[in-house]
Amino acid sequence: MIFGYHLLSVVIWLPIVFGLLVLATGNDRNAKLARTIALVGAILGFLVTIPLVTGFDRMTSAMQFVVYRDWIVRFNIHYHLGVDGISVLFILLNSFFTPLVVIAGWKVIEKRVAQYMAAFLIMSGLVNGVFAALDAMLFYVFWEAMLIPMFIIIGVWGGPNRVYAAVKFFLYTLLGSLLMLVALLYLYQQSGGSFSIIDFHHTALPSLSIQVMLFFAFFMAFSVKVPMFPVHTWLPDAHVEAPTGGSVVLAAIMLKVGAYGFIRFSMPILPDASHYLAPMMIALSLIAVVYIGLVALTQADMKKLVAYSSISHMGFVTLGFFIFNAYGMEGALLQMISHGFVAGALFLCIGVLYDRVHSRQIVDYGGVANKMPVFAAFFMLFAMANSGLPGTSGFVGEFMVIMGAVKANFWYAFAAASTLIFGAAYTLWMYKRVIFGAVANDHVAHLHDIGAREILVFVVLAVSVLVMGLYPLPFADIMHTSVNDLLVHLATPKVLN
Amino acid sequence: MTLLSSLSPAYAEIFLLVMLSVILIVDLFIVSYTKTLTYLMVQLTLLGCSLITVATHQNGIAHLFNHMFVDDLMSDVLKLLTYLSVSMMLVYSRSYLLARGLFTGEFLGLVLFATLGMMVMISACNFLSLYLGLELLALSLYAMVALQRDSATSTEAAMKYFILGAMASGFLLYGMSMLYGATGSLDVNHIAQVILHGAPNKELLVFGLAFIVAGLAFKLGAVPFHMWVPDVYHGAPTAMTMFIGSAPKLAAFAFVMRILVEALQPLMIHWSGMLTILAVLSMAVGNITAIAQTNLKRMLAYSTIAHMGFMLVGILSGTIEGYGSSMFYAVVYVLMSLGGFGMIMLLSREGFEADNLNDFKGLNQRSPWLAFMMLLLMFSMAGVPPTVGFYAKFSVLNAAVQTGHITLVVMAVLFSLVGAFYYLRIVKLMYFDAPESHEKINLQPDSSLLISINGLAVLALGILPGTLMSVCAVSVQQSLLH
Repeated sequence: MIFGYHLLSVVIWLPIVFGLLVLATGNDRNAKLARTIALVGAILGFLVTIPLVTGFDRMTSAMQFVVYRDWIVRFNIHYHLGVDGISVLFILLNSFFTPLVVIAGWKVIEKRVAQYMAAFLIMSGLVNGVFAALDAMLFYVFWEAMLIPMFIIIGVWGGPNRVYAAVKFFLYTLLGSLLMLVALLYLYQQSGGSFSIIDFHHTALPSLSIQVMLFFAFFMAFSVKVPMFPVHTWLPDAHVEAPTGGSVVLAAIMLKVGAYGFIRFSMPILPDASHYLAPMMIALSLIAVVYIGLVALTQADMKKLVAYSSISHMGFVTLGFFIFNAYGMEGALLQMISHGFVAGALFLCIGVLYDRVHSRQIVDYGGVANKMPVFAAFFMLFAMANSGLPGTSGFVGEFMVIMGAVKANFWYAFAAASTLIFGAAYTLWMYKRVIFGAVANDHVAHLHDIGAREILVFVVLAVSVLVMGLYPLPFADIMHTSVNDLLVHLATPKVLN
Repeated sequence: MTLLSSLSPAYAEIFLLVMLSVILIVDLFIVSYTKTLTYLMVQLTLLGCSLITVATHQNGIAHLFNHMFVDDLMSDVLKLLTYLSVSMMLVYSRSYLLARGLFTGEFLGLVLFATLGMMVMISACNFLSLYLGLELLALSLYAMVALQRDSATSTEAAMKYFILGAMASGFLLYGMSMLYGATGSLDVNHIAQVILHGAPNKELLVFGLAFIVAGLAFKLGAVPFHMWVPDVYHGAPTAMTMFIGSAPKLAAFAFVMRILVEALQPLMIHWSGMLTILAVLSMAVGNITAIAQTNLKRMLAYSTIAHMGFMLVGILSGTIEGYGSSMFYAVVYVLMSLGGFGMIMLLSREGFEADNLNDFKGLNQRSPWLAFMMLLLMFSMAGVPPTVGFYAKFSVLNAAVQTGHITLVVMAVLFSLVGAFYYLRIVKLMYFDAPESHEKINLQPDSSLLISINGLAVLALGILPGTLMSVCAVSVQQSLLH
């Protein structure tokens, strides 16, 4: 416990301070310095999260590493931080990805390097804040603030249609957030003047219709971020236009924030509405799994394909939440972490190809394995993980969610299991067209294999995918108590009779 | 001696008037084109006023001049903020006006007259003194807009402003005379007492109220009485636009508080409904029309209309909490508005107005720091945390939720989403587009320092908004405790 009481504050603010330092290096003449400071900041940012795990008490579902200070006294808003077995994993995941993103953008980003690196570091800190906040307004501030760096990242370093994608991303998310703000204000009134999320969990909301309205307000905020069908359309646009680092953070981190919102707000605060609307949520999740899976099959653009695959995989997550049993819930959480590794890795793979050929179209490739054997091997592993091959992390979560779904209703499980076929189909078909076969054209013929910097990133991710696939127990272990507590909350109706 | 000390609540006004007369005479003997001495004297006068306002502050409420004039915490706080914003406006606009030959003694005199008008408005406690302050402010503003005599757009703007402003004053006077007829008093507190106890002619009261609300809506620029706002904002020289868009909003807030809340609190059920319509229309028309603008000044004009709608949401909730949040909103709005117009003037050169949206293209490549400041200001106007604009919206919406105006709140939220689009467009132009000209931005040290302070204040107040919020809430609370 180096930082003791302030550990979570350090986890949030250290990347932000480093981000500002990077920003201070100014223009591109100091690009090298900016990159170095960014890397140091990102690695330190990851290192300070390690005590969160080593000092974590697995036996309790109470919040740990709590920081509690007055912030805005007038509205009883506090600087209140803390983690449970669920949020601690996501803070770790987020901090783990920041150095990878910095390394991935090391050479590729040549213009406005300092601003690029700073945006990622600042966002990393803000996302940690979202996961650690226990005061609803603090949560909201972090939640909204993280839009700003992402907006800039997509808009400045993105592809040709970046402006459209950035604005669409921002407005879509803002719409949801603003309705959530109204819901939070209402809860503030109902809870007798408290913004504490823990208090919200115990706030009586006896009328089902009010719970349903609040549920929809939260739903707008979280489903857009997840994203769930039918509000998913911003994601393919944002992914395609974002630079590689932006896509990685979007897929690995941003989508998790939405799902986390369901666990932290919608389900424990509104248990009755959650049960009442579960059929709708399950239906939307299954549509995402099946229909979006089919949509992914037809994509000609690799990034779009992985984007649709993300939506489909996130459908698994929301399905796991709303079947209300331990298998489903833990499976969904494992799926979130696994999807972070796998989708992040796949976007990095596509980034490697894009940096060399400057095309994301599948037809522009073919026979890459002949020129880039090492890369092809890594890509293979991640593609397999994306299709849910046993032994990779992708399998664990999907398998557990399907098990949970069988308990709830056989047909849910049946529909969900179709992803094992569709997922394999679209991922491996893309892989085949890009990697195998004869060398397709001159661009491919001139490809050179990945260097040490890229191999380092892929090795780290490959190890994570395999470790989580072969030995997921530590992950499940840390979240177990908190998940049980959440299920107890969900089983306690607030509406009497 | 006792007479002199009994005037202490009005020392600041008296000091300002004396200094104003001195400055007008001194200025006659200053031949220098830059008017440095006059400028410094004006700034020192404002500083002196703030010192006097702080020094003469006393707890509780003091009345003066036969209950015409009141000195309470709210008036002191609003006056201090008025001095601050007038002084900031002068720093921002000095080099801009010098380049256009408008930095004259008359301009500085008019600024002080307008300031005096605002101070009277803020401290007025009687319909007569309220009207006196309002007209002193308005007449100075008409003249300021028309100061650029050889510009057709400016004169047109001044003409429109004058005619519509005069009409609004007419509305107000008509409404006030109705209230006088019904209650037999012009005193703000007395009127409230009479309505509460005497139950005078209700129809007459509501009739008068409708005219008063229409007059106030004109002055605030709330829809459907907003037609003058875009034309005046666009036509006036940017320095004057900045002036109109800043401190007078604080005075207008005080004006609304004195009339609607202090005098006509018993009729709240009536004016609350009227304000709801004005607020919703303002937010809708302001935000939607702003999207279509290509001129930044016009866009900010429509954004002002929308912001005024938001401010009304706080007032119409009819609780002390709500009034406090409205005051906070007004203060925050003034801060953002000063920054926004300040940026236009910073980027303007001699013979060139940077008031077109395209002038902001690629600002991040020309000056990353200025672009960052503008980014903070725009996100603050859009109400995105961690900037202070968010807390302004938050506190107003909270007050409305507490009083059960959920539908109104949802509408406000949706319109502010529409608003976010055009603020984002500025950020997009600055960060995502390539610059149209690579001409060097000629920065004055004083105004560039001020814009940095202004932008960072928006961020700092966004991270720690508690103090300013409490100051606003407490001052409103104290002035309503009789």
